[in-house]
Amino acid sequence: MTTMPLAPVPKRLPLRSFILSELKPKAPFLTPFNLISIPVILLGIAVLVRRFIYGLGSITNLSQDHPWGLGIGFDVVTGVALAGGAYVLAFVVYVMRLEKYHPILRATVLNGLLAYIFYAGALVLDLGRPWHVINPIIGNSFGYNSVLFQVSWSFLLYMIVEMVELSPAFAEWLGWKKARRFLASLALGAVILGVTLSTLHQAGLGALFLMAKSKIHPLWYTEFIPILFFVSSIFAGLSMVILEGTLTHRLFGKQIDPKKHGSFDDLLLGLGKGTAIALFTYYFFKLLIFLHERQWDLLASKWGAWYLVEVFGFVLVPCVMFAYAVRHRRPGLLRVAAGVTLVGVLLNRLNISVIAYNWQLPVRYYPSWQEYVVTLTVLFTEIWVFRWIVLRLPILREAHELPYPRPLESPAGQS
Amino acid sequence: MNRRTFLKIGTAAGSTLVAGSASAKENGNPEEFVGVLVDTTRCIGCRACERACSVEHDLPVPDIENDNALAAVRPTSETQWTVVNRFATSKGDVFVKKQCMHCWQPACGAACLTNAMEKTRTGPVIWHPNKCMGCRFCMVSCPFDIPKFEFHSWNPKIQKCSMCYERLQQGLEPACVGSCPTDALTFGNKRDLMEIARLRIYHHPDRYVHKIYGESEVGGTGWLYLSAVPFEEIGFRTDLGTTTYPEYTRNFLYGVPLVLFGLPALQYGLHLLSDKKDEALEAKES
Repeated sequence: MTTMPLAPVPKRLPLRSFILSELKPKAPFLTPFNLISIPVILLGIAVLVRRFIYGLGSITNLSQDHPWGLGIGFDVVTGVALAGGAYVLAFVVYVMRLEKYHPILRATVLNGLLAYIFYAGALVLDLGRPWHVINPIIGNSFGYNSVLFQVSWSFLLYMIVEMVELSPAFAEWLGWKKARRFLASLALGAVILGVTLSTLHQAGLGALFLMAKSKIHPLWYTEFIPILFFVSSIFAGLSMVILEGTLTHRLFGKQIDPKKHGSFDDLLLGLGKGTAIALFTYYFFKLLIFLHERQWDLLASKWGAWYLVEVFGFVLVPCVMFAYAVRHRRPGLLRVAAGVTLVGVLLNRLNISVIAYNWQLPVRYYPSWQEYVVTLTVLFTEIWVFRWIVLRLPILREAHELPYPRPLESPAGQS
Repeated sequence: MNRRTFLKIGTAAGSTLVAGSASAKENGNPEEFVGVLVDTTRCIGCRACERACSVEHDLPVPDIENDNALAAVRPTSETQWTVVNRFATSKGDVFVKKQCMHCWQPACGAACLTNAMEKTRTGPVIWHPNKCMGCRFCMVSCPFDIPKFEFHSWNPKIQKCSMCYERLQQGLEPACVGSCPTDALTFGNKRDLMEIARLRIYHHPDRYVHKIYGESEVGGTGWLYLSAVPFEEIGFRTDLGTTTYPEYTRNFLYGVPLVLFGLPALQYGLHLLSDKKDEALEAKES
């Protein structure tokens, strides 16, 4: 991915002892994150054991009227939108050739890939008969006419594409130069395919709800759900890149060339411009759909108020915040705007999949504490894996920078 | 897709039969969709159909004499594929049997990514346990809220009325139809059932509202209902429209190949257009 030539590595550790040395912990163990995440993950595992013995009903508040809850509504439907940054940024760097965003691409794609792997995992945990998850893939029962069939295929293929996008970093880690050159040559093709597949499944997740026409509140149901989902995945993904980038920058600062620290805010402000435009496009679509459907009379209810909160408070307001932050170069405000946008995307996805779903029924669905624990378990495990990789593979740093890939037997001579 | 394939096969089979013999034509196409006509004016709420259904499908058999189940309106459940409900209406109490409607183009079948929900060629919509992965998209999609999921099992099944598919294959009627003491249920193909229903309305214009529920709801269903009172009064949704449910996803699915093949070409074009080197070169030349 990076165009920098690899530093000459005269004498490397043998592969086996290198891998063994890399398996050792590279960060202090007693950190606040570890102290919180380890008990949660252990509890989550216990909850999941129960789920596989007594069924989904033993740990969730799902019901016949609310067959999809937090496991689908947050982990999958929201999570995939938030992971949209990987395809947007890859498009910007490889298709539009805006090289200045290249330094943050790898971390974003790694985040995207891990998010997808873990959301796919969360999805499998939410399936009633997960041992049949292979059925739509191996071809003994292709449901071509199903939106979900299309979504799961483009989901799966996109994960492979992201692995190809990341593979040069892996080759650099192991010091495989030739493999790296070959894998890097696949980048443009992989990105183009990746953007296409992302467009399909981001929109496809929205299309899942097209047949729930009689169940979703009319303020949220529209035949344009797929387009709204696609456009919102752009600003959801970019906002996530802004926040994640900020966080990674603070936590793994040592990995990043100090010369690049200064330009980082510039990058984020550039992304903020794109986010503002995407948000405004989305707001405009929402307005158009509302006017076209003539839904004025629906506004005078608690659902109407809730809808206005989502559309004004979490779409228009962050849009203006982004525009202001970019114009007046205010990186702090930019981050707040990104946070507000993410809450808005979360609200929108949960409204469609859970809150305004079967809104007419008297009994509402609220997730059980076990559902929150499972969600946190998935999230925390993902962060563990992310940290493990970032401390080893050249994700944030360039391959020739400190710390070395495949350290030399004598580190002298490198500075 | 199933339906379309079915139509093709049906037409082909039909024309062969016409060419073959006249008597085959009189018997009708053996693969015509079947269904059941429910005449709610005849139902007395005895719930014999509930018991027959449970016995036929090895489900817990309700104690229909003593369990006072008619007190509240019940949905079907993972242990009861059909229920009879009582509704207080403008014309007194009305009893209504509820089960899968066996839509002509079922939403559940279009939702299922493994073809576990299948619209069979004879009409029943059935579930295949060896294909289903338990994603519950069929439940989200069904406009009648029929598929039910066993949330308290390690190996959960989707439970819903199968119109006694196995019995139909043996040439028998669905179990509930045979159990009905008042002939409120009539089994047959939809063409015949529609004629019977229209005839009843024609002969007793005051007894029935002049509507057959299921004639065109969500594109037509296998089960049809006659009623003395407007259908909203007896628990039916009359706002579902006449568009088939798979139709709602058609535009999106037709867009998939366009995006899959169009977007890469567009992106490659953009990639070529945004070549900074070319610009620099041109600037030098001019």
